[in-house]
Amino acid sequence: MNNVNWRLLTTHLVLILGMLFMSLPVWVAFATSTHSAETILREGLQLWPGAHFVETYRQVLFVEGGVMKSVLGTTMLKNSLILGIGFAIGKVIISMLAAYAIVYFRFRLASFLFWVIFMTLLLPLEVRIIPSYEVVSSLGLLDTHVGLIVPLIASATGTFFFRQFFRSVPDELLEAAKLDGATAWQFFKDILVPLSRTMIAAILIIMFVVGWNQYLWPLIMTTKEENYTLVIGIKQIYQILAEGGELPQYQKAFALTILATLPPVLVVLVFQNWFVKGLVESEK
Amino acid sequence: MKRVQFEHSSIPYLFVAPQIIIIVVFFLWPAAQAIHQSFLLEDAFGLSTQFVWFRNYKDTILSTAWLQAAGFTLIFSALVTFLSLGLALLLAVKANEVIRGARTYKTTLMWAYAIAPPVAGLMGNLMFNPIIGDLYKFLNAIGWDFDHKLDAFDASFVVVLIAVWKQVSVNFIFFLSGLQGIPHSVQEAATMDCRSPTRRFWTITFPLLAPTTFFLMVINITYAFFETFGIIDTTTRGAPGGATNTLVFKVFQDGFRGADLGGSSAQSVVLMLIVLALTVLQFRFIERKVHY
Repeated sequence: MNNVNWRLLTTHLVLILGMLFMSLPVWVAFATSTHSAETILREGLQLWPGAHFVETYRQVLFVEGGVMKSVLGTTMLKNSLILGIGFAIGKVIISMLAAYAIVYFRFRLASFLFWVIFMTLLLPLEVRIIPSYEVVSSLGLLDTHVGLIVPLIASATGTFFFRQFFRSVPDELLEAAKLDGATAWQFFKDILVPLSRTMIAAILIIMFVVGWNQYLWPLIMTTKEENYTLVIGIKQIYQILAEGGELPQYQKAFALTILATLPPVLVVLVFQNWFVKGLVESEK
Repeated sequence: MKRVQFEHSSIPYLFVAPQIIIIVVFFLWPAAQAIHQSFLLEDAFGLSTQFVWFRNYKDTILSTAWLQAAGFTLIFSALVTFLSLGLALLLAVKANEVIRGARTYKTTLMWAYAIAPPVAGLMGNLMFNPIIGDLYKFLNAIGWDFDHKLDAFDASFVVVLIAVWKQVSVNFIFFLSGLQGIPHSVQEAATMDCRSPTRRFWTITFPLLAPTTFFLMVINITYAFFETFGIIDTTTRGAPGGATNTLVFKVFQDGFRGADLGGSSAQSVVLMLIVLALTVLQFRFIERKVHY
């Protein structure tokens, strides 16, 4: 009996240490963000929240020049939301349509086009950074939402996910729909989409997080400060801190990391079950 | 595919068109450009270009800087993969054992997934800041002459730590779902046959998790190669002296800062080959899993 208890105790101990390892840095970042620059400079990182929460976050979110040169925190927040939501929705639409064509139609180029979609897995942005920038620039899409979102949504993961799911839908549904004289579009809209609701929700959650966290692409294609997302703001604040100055605004840097973290973390926490489902299924 | 399908000549093309068009414009065309440019040499003013065969490859790939980055990327990927998988497996096995607090543990261990690599990078960077960073002070206090701005080993330590921290949660989620997929009957039978939990883990549970582990290895190597760009860019930026340059970070540096198109393209093409190899590995494994 004694033996069993020891085992249970170490199990909990390992888990608690793991929890601390994963959570403490973020907690410290939050606690430190609520102290004044002077305190941080004098005492270092903080473990408990201070009295400057409202002041720091007001500065970062609403005051011009509070954190970046001109752009407000709220503007960056808005840009991040547009990217996250636009990316998620765009990806769902585009991949559902493509998966539908590939699974439900017999057409000559089907397998060839499937391979074209597959090719995207071989060409992550990192291996084609500069020519991609040139394409977007020559199309006049730099610093636009379209240029930011559209090139990101075409990768194959979403299409594979829905292809897998559509294949598991019983054939009888289509047979019945055909008997009733449904058109291809009607079958898609009235039967397949409602049937995929859970799948759509799961993939939306994952893709919102993925979109929100994009870094390299927004980095190279936004030049104007007003188009920065929060994650890009991180790079700028790194620059500002690296350049130094009389009193480094560490509390604002920490506040920015918290703001960039909070929305995707909330989404993951609130929709935890869908999130896990979406992640595990879409990566398979 | 399906037994029953629609027979149409044009409608399916309409449905795939959006994705295919985007792929051609933003994936295939730029990739072709990269391959094309990797064979070209441009003069300093961009006025004339000439076809130089594999000279860019020879000049960049065989340069000490590239080889150094390749070496670092390999070690970095191996460490990040091994450490984050090991840690995640340990935590997943423990989280799968407990009943009390299971949900809390699970949630707190997985939510870091949602943090972007550059955000994790900046947080870590500040923790190791010489002026305010307590980790920096702590490491120096315990007698480690720690300075990640000057010492290559210390700088690598910082990026590996942050990259592992960021990746544990994904691995944890997959391992936990893998563990929960092992049928109870199997575990009960194992418990009857073998009393040592450690031995049970290595002879029953771990082999059953092999497909998950293998799949995660590919995911983690890909992550370490590509997605850690944001971490490097907000911590060491390759310092000191290129000791923490990953291959992706170097492509970015050479292409945008250095404006060396040919050389950067040649590096891109090499990266494409690496992705190709990783993808082949992944799909061969997935086929195995289907039969298994």
